[in-house]
Amino acid sequence: MPELYNKEGLKARFDNWEKQLNGEKSSDFHSFRKESFDSYLKVGTPSRKNEEYKYTGLDKVIEKNFTEDDWNRSVEISDQAVKDRIIQDLDAYSIFFINGILNKELSHWDELSKEINLMTVKEAFEANEKDCIENFGKHATPESDPFTAINDSLTNEGIYINIKKGQILSKPVMIYYLNYTEEGGVITHPHNLFVFGENSQGEVIEKFDTIGENHSLSNIVSEIVVNRSAVVKYYKIQSEHNGNVHVGNTQVWQDERSNFTSTTLSFGGMMVRNNLNITLDASHCEANMYGLSLLKDNHHVDHHTTVDHRKPHADSNELYKGVFDDKSTGVFNGKIFVRQDAQKTNAFQSNRNVLLSEDATINTKPQLEIWADDVKCSHGATTGQIDPEQLFYLRSRGMDKQSARALLLYAFAMDIVEHIGNEQVRNYLENLISERLHKNF
Amino acid sequence: MLKIEDLKASIEGKEILKGINLEVKAGEVHAIMGPNGSGKSTLASVLAGRDEYEVTSGSVSYNGEDLLDMDPEERAREGVFLAFQYPVEIPGVSTTNFLKTSINQIREHRGQDPLDAVSFLSRVKEKMKLVEMDQSLLSRALNEGFSGGEKKRNEVFQMAMLEPKLKILDETDSGLDIDALRIVANGVNKLRNEDNATIVVTHYQRLLEYIVPDYVHVLYNGRIVKSGTKDLALELEEKGYDWIKAEAAV
Repeated sequence: MPELYNKEGLKARFDNWEKQLNGEKSSDFHSFRKESFDSYLKVGTPSRKNEEYKYTGLDKVIEKNFTEDDWNRSVEISDQAVKDRIIQDLDAYSIFFINGILNKELSHWDELSKEINLMTVKEAFEANEKDCIENFGKHATPESDPFTAINDSLTNEGIYINIKKGQILSKPVMIYYLNYTEEGGVITHPHNLFVFGENSQGEVIEKFDTIGENHSLSNIVSEIVVNRSAVVKYYKIQSEHNGNVHVGNTQVWQDERSNFTSTTLSFGGMMVRNNLNITLDASHCEANMYGLSLLKDNHHVDHHTTVDHRKPHADSNELYKGVFDDKSTGVFNGKIFVRQDAQKTNAFQSNRNVLLSEDATINTKPQLEIWADDVKCSHGATTGQIDPEQLFYLRSRGMDKQSARALLLYAFAMDIVEHIGNEQVRNYLENLISERLHKNF
Repeated sequence: MLKIEDLKASIEGKEILKGINLEVKAGEVHAIMGPNGSGKSTLASVLAGRDEYEVTSGSVSYNGEDLLDMDPEERAREGVFLAFQYPVEIPGVSTTNFLKTSINQIREHRGQDPLDAVSFLSRVKEKMKLVEMDQSLLSRALNEGFSGGEKKRNEVFQMAMLEPKLKILDETDSGLDIDALRIVANGVNKLRNEDNATIVVTHYQRLLEYIVPDYVHVLYNGRIVKSGTKDLALELEEKGYDWIKAEAAV
């Protein structure tokens, strides 16, 4: 039976869409989509029978909550809705995607274009941009993940950013994805590519918000190429919304002596899946991955991370923390591969969780596969409650129970937030987290 | 100030306090001594409101109010302070950070305006000197990596900051070298006045050389079996606890 997001449903959609494409049908970009779709058809949309999606049954959630009309939702949005979702004090180059469609007018498109090479992905393909063609879909391949394959097949929007050799971005690139669902559900498939040239530096922030009563589905891919000696900081901020279904694939490729730090902050969603995959394809590079989930109600957030150590003398370091209240569910799966060549690897991973209610759940699974023999690797996972001794101590100093609880959880969360180098982003998150904890989040 | 009558308390069904009677008046210092396992720390914990202990009978009246009916934070706001035997470590929370919230919640309870950052810091500076404490400790995570002496000094520092009426020191001397002991005791003595009272729980007489009590009570097997003046402490130091045990057995 053809459904919305399975092989049959997507085949009908893809074929129908192709008919309307006219000239674009023969473009290189579309050839990529077509090949990706063929690849998708071999595997289909994963159900919970797929080990990788065991705890996160996106297929059912998508079928239940979305309709055909959600594919082409209008991109009207109120100014206030935009204003409410931006980080006020942040001095950055803003880029806006409204319901999955790039909005150049709202964005600092011209300003950013003056500083770096900025295009839409389609424009870059048409202009035959070498770095784009060589990298787009080459890291987030259709084979890497079924949802990536769907994104690769259906994506029609996305930006290509190229920071040239030696360049230091003067401001962070701040990408807002606003899904405005007042008039109905929204389905989006943006796919971006960021290429950081040799010895360049910069920050990229992605922030996701769903606004309105209805559901939104974001199947998004971001590919980040970190060339030799480049230093990149990447943040992903997901706000709470119980109608938000999010599948994000962030694919990072690192060259020699590069340094990449990712911080993922998830404040909720009906079902959120974050895949963060980092390939350390050369020596002397470093990858840091931090993550924080702060969940309540029935929210579900699943973090799957992979670090692939392919060459010797590289370091990876990972810390994910979670606080789960009510009936919320968290998943953490951290894979570390150390290939035979990757001697002298240092790879550390830690996952720490606090469950605030009897009905909250965390499924945590470290997965280490090590073929090299001279490496230092460690992993650990803990799950507990708020320490009653700590709570009593603070109360015995006159602090009410709720403030004491909020203070302890805040300290737990700050372990992640303190790694954020950008002061405005850090302040924004500190305030957000503090406010939420004091509201019994 | 404090009147304990026939207080019985148990933990996990095991009775630890088996009928305590004690009256403490403003301006007094009482020492509670006794061998290990006699119930000294349980008494301190019950007074501070630790909820693992179940009070099975008796009453505790504090300034005319039912102390046992109050939450730990209410007790603190009414002026009860427990200096912990084992102060907990709280990663990510500094002493100054939580004390500011504490003090202002206490002040709100007492109908006072909150302290602004400047007055708070000047009070911190003043009270730090009392226990010869280094300011850097106060901005570090609470008790994390502190030595035993630093933890106990931090307890007395907090006591000074919160200006309690009833101070309970639970084995504050345990694990302290003589210099640290002197500093801590000196801090406690400076906080003594006519309006507040102190209960010093200790196993050894040594602390009482520095904090001189008005009364000494010996707790054994969940009951106060002997009360006296500071001379009783000296006697205990000399003879040990065995004679108390023998006397109690009769």
